[in-house]
Amino acid sequence: MTDHPKPPSQSPIHPPSDDSLVPGALSTEHTMIAARPAPVSRHGVSGWLRSRLFSTPLNSVVSLITLVVMLWALAPLVQWAIIDADWIGTTRDACTGEGACWVFISARFETIVYGFYPVAERYRVDITLALLVATIAWLVIPRMPAKRWVVIFALVGFPLIAWVLLLGGSFGLPAVPTRQWGGLMLTLTVAIVGIVGSLPLGVILALGRRSQMPLVRSLSVVFIEFWRGVPLITVLFMASVMLPLFVPSEVEFDKLLRALIGIMFFWSAYMAEVVRGGLQAIPRGQEEAAKALGLGYWRRMGLIILPQALKLVIPGIVNTFIALFKDTSLVLIIGLFDLLAIIRAGLTDTNWLGFATEGYVFAALMFWIFCFGMSRYSQYIERRLHTGH
Amino acid sequence: MSTPPIERTPLWRRPAFRALIIQALLLAGLVALIAMMIGNALTNLEARGITTGFAFLGERSGFSIPQTLIDYSGDSSYARTFVVGLLNTLLVSALGIIAATLIGFAVGIARLSPNWLLARLAAAFVEIFRNIPLLVQILFWYFAVLQALPSPRQSLSLFEAFFLNVRGLIVPAPVPEPGFGLTQLAVLVAVVAVVVLGRYAKRLQQRTGKALPVYWLGAGLIIGLPLVVFVASGMPLGWETPALKGFNFAGGVTIIPELMALWLALSIYTASFIAEIVRSGIQSVPKGQVEASRAIGLPGNITLRKVVIPQAMRVIVPQLTSQYLNLIKNSSLATAIGYPDLVAVFAGTSLNQTGQAIEIIAMTMAVYLTISLVVSALMNVYNARTLLKER
Repeated sequence: MTDHPKPPSQSPIHPPSDDSLVPGALSTEHTMIAARPAPVSRHGVSGWLRSRLFSTPLNSVVSLITLVVMLWALAPLVQWAIIDADWIGTTRDACTGEGACWVFISARFETIVYGFYPVAERYRVDITLALLVATIAWLVIPRMPAKRWVVIFALVGFPLIAWVLLLGGSFGLPAVPTRQWGGLMLTLTVAIVGIVGSLPLGVILALGRRSQMPLVRSLSVVFIEFWRGVPLITVLFMASVMLPLFVPSEVEFDKLLRALIGIMFFWSAYMAEVVRGGLQAIPRGQEEAAKALGLGYWRRMGLIILPQALKLVIPGIVNTFIALFKDTSLVLIIGLFDLLAIIRAGLTDTNWLGFATEGYVFAALMFWIFCFGMSRYSQYIERRLHTGH
Repeated sequence: MSTPPIERTPLWRRPAFRALIIQALLLAGLVALIAMMIGNALTNLEARGITTGFAFLGERSGFSIPQTLIDYSGDSSYARTFVVGLLNTLLVSALGIIAATLIGFAVGIARLSPNWLLARLAAAFVEIFRNIPLLVQILFWYFAVLQALPSPRQSLSLFEAFFLNVRGLIVPAPVPEPGFGLTQLAVLVAVVAVVVLGRYAKRLQQRTGKALPVYWLGAGLIIGLPLVVFVASGMPLGWETPALKGFNFAGGVTIIPELMALWLALSIYTASFIAEIVRSGIQSVPKGQVEASRAIGLPGNITLRKVVIPQAMRVIVPQLTSQYLNLIKNSSLATAIGYPDLVAVFAGTSLNQTGQAIEIIAMTMAVYLTISLVVSALMNVYNARTLLKER
């Protein structure tokens, strides 16, 4: 906010007046006003330091205290995590130093990524992951053409391909039951199914909440407010213990599928509120003009209103994605082995006891990279959309 | 069709008629779905030999809970389990809300500091803690930090009164002696007096333009009056200090590590969101407001108190409330480390013992729903009151 500090007080703007400079008096004398000292440099390293850190005595004290606190906290951390850490090896014996034992992570890295997926079939996970990365890269790089088709592919084609590839049982691929899924791969599965499922559902709910039909409107409101009012944990509990009661007992309901349904419903309510914000921001004239052109409800929404509304709320949607991604870790409570649960399982391995800190720090780092990346992208989009108008 | 074209729109193309049909179909579908679910549930429950209903609430629970705010034992009923869990949820939520607000406001204001280093540090705090799942943070504090503390015999201690070990934080317990009631009464009187004083000061200022130093007077009343009464009545409050007996501490109040881990994680995680809300709230006040206030001669602290903060609060409070609601809902993650909150003892242990999934989950969800709806309702009242009064 205050990038431009006030000029130093020792250089007053008005020179001290003497007799020759009485206001109003005409003077033909040309006496030189004493030269003022040069202003304190605001450029270069010293100027930068002065203006940002040591502009006032209070500021200097704050800077010093902050610096001391940072050193006090950071130095041991760097010492532990990098300098004293053990990086190379395959067994516990490799960890001899005082610092972190990253061998604990590297020794079980495969499990952390693939879970209990059969080793011979892991190439299928690799293909899916590569396809996912390519699709996302296409979508987030603004220059790439044919965004519309890629979006349709991402929402329809990719889930189908991933389904066939990961689950197997068709096209000559051996079946891999979801019991064997785990690790990063499961976390990504839950996150992506949640995202792909909750977005369309959320759009429909948002439209329903603004509908003219009283029944549709009130059902949407009840649905949205219900899911937004309860914690995700109770939703997952409900999905795992209550849902099986509501279907005929012959139907075998996959545990992962149940969790996914719960997560999808839960987040669709949040998504609906984000989308509703966008819908409300579109001037009514847009809809009236579309009506005047003779467009029906779905064409008005699909061609005129939603494209504008969704574009407005892209940052909000990405923020919901971030929240969803973080909350995928909750599936460990109902016994699914996501990234966090796999690392926790490793902590109870009797050969590797006592590395809780390494395990949780690594899990935190993995989640952090994904979430921070998404939040940066959201900010970038916000700036891009901002300058567009 | 043999009938000649009529001027009126055919029935099936009229919006009102369509709306009616769509809603009728929706209703029919919904009723059918619910009926099917109820039918299935009844069959399934019968097959498992579970009787529906809330009769189980009166039964003996048979398990103990490590932290209870009211009397509770294995002989207590499931209804009491429910209350104990609910109180524990409210306890950690209240503690979390207080701490998150304090940290959040401090960090949010620090982010706006002209001091580059402090602003960066605050930004780093926000970016680190809001991008790590809360569950990871809870597990980290519990398993990596608090479980690594020494055993009771090697406790870390402060003044030989506060002890920190793997079993938790043990602090001295206040023991009120006869006559302490007077001090409590004094606190009550002071609070009432401050409210009256505030109203009087406001009216005085509106009538005469004279401003009383309300904050100093109020602080003096709240702290001073009880202190005077406390000293005058002979300091009727003892402290029971904890002491090592055998392998554990006796006396004092033990704050269990589950509560500490959950509290730490909830406050820090929520604080990182509150910091962003505070920052955006303060930045949302147009610069012209401050400049105009300075131009009419208001000093800096009055500008802050009467111009900037009221306008920033209008942006901050609604978002702050939704963060508080999130915190209350997030406290249900307690179940991951075994803090005995509502979800852990009721939707967890009680559900496993009784098998009454539908009733228990419904009751648990109803609690959170009620809290959400009540807070939202209060929020709407607040919004209506602070709405920009345009003239």
